[in-house]
Amino acid sequence: MSDYYRQEDLERFGEIGKFNPELFRKFMDWYNASLQPGALSRREKVLIGLGVAHAVQCPYCIDAYTKSCLEEGMDMEHITEAVHIASAVRGGASLIHGIQAHNAADKISL
Amino acid sequence: MRFSEKIQTVQDTPLTATGIEMLQVNVGYRCNLACKHCHVEGGPERQEVMDRVTVDAVLKVMRSGSIKALDITGGAPELNPHFRYLVEEAQNAGCHVVVRTNLAIFFEGGMEDLFAWYDRGRVELVASLPSCRHEQVDRVRGKGIFEKSITALKRLNSLGYGVDNGRKLNLVYNPAGAFLPPEQSSLEAEYRKELLSAYGITFTMLYTFANMPIGRFRQFLLRTGNLDMYMAKLVDAFNPQTLCGLMCRRLLNVGWDGRLYDCDFNQMTGIGVTEGCPTVLSHFDHGRLASRRIAVDDHCFGCTAGQGST
Repeated sequence: MSDYYRQEDLERFGEIGKFNPELFRKFMDWYNASLQPGALSRREKVLIGLGVAHAVQCPYCIDAYTKSCLEEGMDMEHITEAVHIASAVRGGASLIHGIQAHNAADKISL
Repeated sequence: MRFSEKIQTVQDTPLTATGIEMLQVNVGYRCNLACKHCHVEGGPERQEVMDRVTVDAVLKVMRSGSIKALDITGGAPELNPHFRYLVEEAQNAGCHVVVRTNLAIFFEGGMEDLFAWYDRGRVELVASLPSCRHEQVDRVRGKGIFEKSITALKRLNSLGYGVDNGRKLNLVYNPAGAFLPPEQSSLEAEYRKELLSAYGITFTMLYTFANMPIGRFRQFLLRTGNLDMYMAKLVDAFNPQTLCGLMCRRLLNVGWDGRLYDCDFNQMTGIGVTEGCPTVLSHFDHGRLASRRIAVDDHCFGCTAGQGST
């Protein structure tokens, strides 16, 4: 599995634009603009990014956003709390689907 | 790319001093702490301590009136036996004195009256506090240092340091690893919020400084295989707008033995002032040093990264 996620591949992200530079440019502009401080500070935005990175389980994003959090002056306490929120939301999302099971069972049960 | 080459891409002339607003004096490498990021590699075993003859040479320059501010650093400056003499005589000469303190020094043997002594003086304090959190400070600076730092800050607040209309108490943040510091104002806001809510502590300003790739921090980078990554990060973050505000252009640095440097980082890498300038304080010549060419090396990328670190 390690061959599927090589650290040096993160540096090659720009190659994604090789076959459609225009779409990739638009993605990068959007991505960079979304990280600019607005109603939320950059500090808050990278912490959200870290939570999402864990929720989608992207090793590249986890690497990048952990560094961003440290560069925003946060430490492992902040990072750990964000990971717990991401995990809790993910867990809750599974758990709420238990109602679907209830509904399906109710529909065919006496 | 070397730093000297980088400078040539943004300006036609080499870096030069614009004057000497401040004399920065390193009174010795001896320290009560041995912080993991220390560019001086200070510690209790270091023997390099400025002697009285050199202290008097510093005072001779300050009394001449050509430089108005004295910035005292170390090591822990307070461990130099001539420290208080240097501060008091510089103040008597009308100089503004800034001392870089590590806060834990207040609790060392023989320092029982240090709070009261600072309180009597008009010394501006710059204090290291690399995080508002216990675990991170103790990991970088040593076990128990966070608690001592918080106790010292509370006591300084009670004496009128770091409060509205009080004496200046500035804090310094350094990243606890191979990454760059955040934007200064945003972290300052976080420090204010956390220190006030958790400990009731106030301060004047927060400085965020990048770690220089020298000294003990360089050893960490080498040991962990992070040196190339960190240097690339510094080079990528080069900001030409920082050049006009670089501290080396406005101060002159003096080593414990009286040798002259452009900054404390050049001192630690053994890079003296450029040829043609007096190299020791006893030969101080304001006219020749005030417009000197700055000696640069690749660690200078640490001062020009992002918003700058001076």
